[in-house]
Amino acid sequence: MGEAPTLEVRGVSKAFGSVQALHDVDFEVRAGEVMALVGDNGAGKSTLIKCIAGIYSIDEGEVRFEGEHVTIHGPKDAARLGIEVVYQDLALCDNLDVVQNMYLGRELHTPARLWLREPEMERNTQQTLSSLSVTTIQSIRQPVATLSGGQRQSVAVARAVMWNSRVVILDEPTAALGVAQTRQVLDLVKRLAEQGLAVVLISHNLHDIFEVANRITVLRLGRDVGVYEREQTTQQEIVSAITAGVPTKVAGIADTEASA
Amino acid sequence: MSVAAPGEVQAAAEEQRGVVESARRYYDTLKAGDVGSLPVILALAGMVIFFSLKNGNFFTAVNFNNLIVQSAGVTLTAIGVVFVLLLGEIDLSISYLGGVAGVIVAELQLPGSGHDLPGLIAILIGLVAGLAIGCFQGSWVALVGVPSFVVTLAGNLAFQGVILRALGQQGTISIQDNIVNDMANYYLPNLAGWVVAAVVAGGYLAVTAGGLVARRRAKLPLGNIMLALLRPAIVALVAFGAVAICNHDRGVPFAGLLVVAMIAFWTYISTRTTFGRHVYAVGGNTEAARRAGIGIRYVKIMVFGISGVMAALGGIVFAARLSSVDLNAGGGTILFYAISAAVIGGTSLFGGRGRVAAALLGGVLLGTIDNGLDLIGSPQSTKYIATAVILLAAVTLDTVSRRRLERSGR
Repeated sequence: MGEAPTLEVRGVSKAFGSVQALHDVDFEVRAGEVMALVGDNGAGKSTLIKCIAGIYSIDEGEVRFEGEHVTIHGPKDAARLGIEVVYQDLALCDNLDVVQNMYLGRELHTPARLWLREPEMERNTQQTLSSLSVTTIQSIRQPVATLSGGQRQSVAVARAVMWNSRVVILDEPTAALGVAQTRQVLDLVKRLAEQGLAVVLISHNLHDIFEVANRITVLRLGRDVGVYEREQTTQQEIVSAITAGVPTKVAGIADTEASA
Repeated sequence: MSVAAPGEVQAAAEEQRGVVESARRYYDTLKAGDVGSLPVILALAGMVIFFSLKNGNFFTAVNFNNLIVQSAGVTLTAIGVVFVLLLGEIDLSISYLGGVAGVIVAELQLPGSGHDLPGLIAILIGLVAGLAIGCFQGSWVALVGVPSFVVTLAGNLAFQGVILRALGQQGTISIQDNIVNDMANYYLPNLAGWVVAAVVAGGYLAVTAGGLVARRRAKLPLGNIMLALLRPAIVALVAFGAVAICNHDRGVPFAGLLVVAMIAFWTYISTRTTFGRHVYAVGGNTEAARRAGIGIRYVKIMVFGISGVMAALGGIVFAARLSSVDLNAGGGTILFYAISAAVIGGTSLFGGRGRVAAALLGGVLLGTIDNGLDLIGSPQSTKYIATAVILLAAVTLDTVSRRRLERSGR
């Protein structure tokens, strides 16, 4: 792949007081691929995501978007670049319907905010959902409270991609789902990548990851252990990287001593 | 998780759905526990029949007008309560806040006080004061983070004190300004009443038709058009029917017109504007709203402002009805009736669920109980107990039906 990754993070460090949450971490994701981000609890996955999403500021390091150096000061900056995060708790309003949730905080309205443009929002929602082959939702005018877990996840993901986003970060999208619904969401993740988006998938479930991811980044104790090609690795290798931090030669990192 | 039907098939099916099938679908939603405002309407109908049988004076045009004017103050106040409850907050200061607004208006119109202003100006100042006090309380909730229960409880006590101090020497101010008194005592000429009915019915029809046209332009399924036009037909029937009864007596009371106009305006704000959508979002899931970039503090402050201004309007109507304010202004049952009206009408106490029209349904229901029990000569004790039973029944029904709603997986 010759061109620059859609999102690239180089040498990022982040400390909370005396706790070093991230230490000199490299991470990248390219358009059209699913990059899995794995690690044990406390490895720094969430911190890294929140740094990218602009919720935390980084202490050191550089973020590059499509090869350009960028500074992300807040969630709005990230959204402007086209970086969308689907958090584990989905952040949907149960009392609102699917259309209303899709446009939450970005409602289409007539000038001076006097009238919501409902038909337009409904039509766009319909188009986005069908472009992602999300077909199990009976009516997009039903409250989100009445949807199943997989459907809710689909709505949250569809909302993330509706805004011409380039990078979609999914935080544990299948953690609370049954078999059929996990299937549904994983298919959706694959379709996102097929549509040319850069997808970051955080998960504890290696089975899911090996099914959809192209590459896997392993974090351990705030450092990145390495990047693995799915084709050339095994679940066992990933597990030992997560738990023991097997040092792997990674371009651009001098010290990869992980058994600290 | 069932296998999906493709979207187009779904849309086509929706288009062809007949009236019979729609009725069946409505029955299904009822069975699943989504009762909506049906129980309130049934309760209201039952009460009207009961009181009509008990007392010949109940079902008369005179009493119909009395009932409208009697329940106007509570209904107006309850509109603000609906907004506060939609956020999942509470406002306990509304009754005495309304009292303060009444006192302000009475004081400002007082002839010979050196500051006797025209009635309309006095009313406007009273409303602005209500808005400002509401926003101030909202700021404590939104910016400082003190729970609304405590902020408005403090407000309740403080405003009671303000009323006592303001009226301390004379204890009462009588209102002689005609415009102020007209808020509760003016009746529209018959022709004007018919015009009001035509505007209400026509306006509702126009909004419904406009919605259908917009959906058609966006190539969205229209559903059953006959069914969509059923609601405007019912609204027209109710509007003309009510005006016919009113005109049989003194005409449409201005207070009633005020209530209808306020219900329409705040329904528009809550359902058709970005701000209204944000109120529901904050009430449904504050964290989700925050992440979506919605200004939560702004929404909260504005909602308490709405609560303040509607409480002030209600308080002014109360004052106008008595043509005076005294030390009881804002006291008695106003606070509990206003909150009960919003809840009985179907507004959830936990935020995110409810409609502005709930204030009207609940307000009229409570007004009917009061009015009817007065006519059949029941003491105050019976009124309190009857209202309590209705309130508990309404919330119980809501709780049980919500549980069924969850269980039926909808």
